Amino acid sequence: MNDYSVFDILGPIMVGPSSSHTAGAARLGMAARCIAGDDFDNVDFYLYGSFAKTYKGHGTDKALTAGILGMNPSDTDLRNSLAIAKKKGIRVYFIKKDDEVSHPNTVKIVVRKKNGTTTEIVGASIGGGNIYIKNIDGYDVELTGKLPTIIIRHMDKKGMISKVSTVLAGSGLNIATMKVSRIKKGNQASMIIEVDEKITKKIIQDLNNIDDIIVARAINSLEERS
Amino acid sequence: MMFNTGEELLKITEENGLKISEVVLACECEYTGLTHEDIRNKMNETLEIMKKSAQAGLEKEIKSVGGIIGGDAKKVFDYTNKGKTLCGQNINKAIARAYSCAEVNAGMGQICAAPTAGSCGIIPASVLTAAEIYKSSDNDIIDALLTASGIGMIISKNATVSGAEGGCQAECGSAAAMASAAIVELAGGTPEMSLHAAAIAIKNIMGLICDPVAGLVEAPCAKRNASGTVNALICADMVLAGVRSIIPFDEVIDAMYRVGRMLPFELKETALGGVAATPTGIEISNRIFNK
Repeated sequence: MNDYSVFDILGPIMVGPSSSHTAGAARLGMAARCIAGDDFDNVDFYLYGSFAKTYKGHGTDKALTAGILGMNPSDTDLRNSLAIAKKKGIRVYFIKKDDEVSHPNTVKIVVRKKNGTTTEIVGASIGGGNIYIKNIDGYDVELTGKLPTIIIRHMDKKGMISKVSTVLAGSGLNIATMKVSRIKKGNQASMIIEVDEKITKKIIQDLNNIDDIIVARAINSLEERS
Repeated sequence: MMFNTGEELLKITEENGLKISEVVLACECEYTGLTHEDIRNKMNETLEIMKKSAQAGLEKEIKSVGGIIGGDAKKVFDYTNKGKTLCGQNINKAIARAYSCAEVNAGMGQICAAPTAGSCGIIPASVLTAAEIYKSSDNDIIDALLTASGIGMIISKNATVSGAEGGCQAECGSAAAMASAAIVELAGGTPEMSLHAAAIAIKNIMGLICDPVAGLVEAPCAKRNASGTVNALICADMVLAGVRSIIPFDEVIDAMYRVGRMLPFELKETALGGVAATPTGIEISNRIFNK
């Protein structure tokens, strides 16, 4: 039996028409922006399940684009996001897929950076505007964005967890959950850490200074309440 | 202080001489670590969004993204102002407000999901109309919204408020139950009376399917926001007159959940049954998606 805040029940404040197809989609776009960074000029959205079938009427395409541009689910400019992206020189494509997926509202977001690198994020909108990210660049993750989250790509070497947790402990951050995964032993690995307090730029800098960390990023919030 | 059922909530109110809104506020402080003032301020933001979305469609016609609905809030409001109506000014104004929220939602305007986006008109329309009749202050309305939320929490914990999981009875039914309980408190009724009102509101639409035309939150959703609003108001009036629900609130919620699970998936937001599967429903869907 879950516990709820009154604002889980009366909320979110959002732009309509659907909390899972619109508000959730905006948060998925925002999560992709936080994970990939914002220096991109091309985004492919692969839509699965119910996202593929009803995205136009629910404004899912506009919401995903708004999120990737950094807009909140309550932003009234959300409906103009496709035009805003165009003006900023960001090309967005929507590709309908009919492959079987574990959740009916699933999207794969491929973000292409100006320097040629790409980031691939798979996530689902699971109702009431809530989301989870289940894969980043082929690494299985579990990320909901409800708590401040640190996302680290690192070399799969001994002692990495200890180095990271030392930095976090030194900064007074309490770890709530942690998931480490890798595709192949000894190659690259991914670390997803949810913490209780806000993650500062300094902490991310310190993490990026650790040897064998390829990149560390932070998601503090998938939206600011308007 | 914690409650999972209506009975537990009632017990806390009776033992401590509190209103439902006071219990909900105390629980929220415990859960979030925020102060009374923080929570009331946050709820005031929610109230402002509700007021705006309930008003926008009365002033100008709002067109939905799917193009199925639009302009009906203004139609009903203009009709109300002409004078002679069957249900009177209050009910008609409430209907217009519910339509307004539903149209703002379908037009990708700003709303507060209450408890969902598809049912976002019922609580604002009925609570704001009741507040107008009682001349309630914004502070009183904020209390009412806390009470509404408390009822929604119990339904979410023991059943569901999602149309995809429980049909429209779970979505618009929960909204009407939450609203009705809130209005009873606004009118000075007891916590027990609030639960009776919530129970009757759910019973009134038990079994209602979720069958959005073309899979969009437009038709029949907007009209069900209107009828859900009227449902909330009449249940509050019945209870304030002294009527009680024959079946207790918690048992009604359990029954609603069981009915929701028995409903085939075609009747739960998949647009495969109900009015979505009528020749006209299919034609509209083809027109929107196979241009």
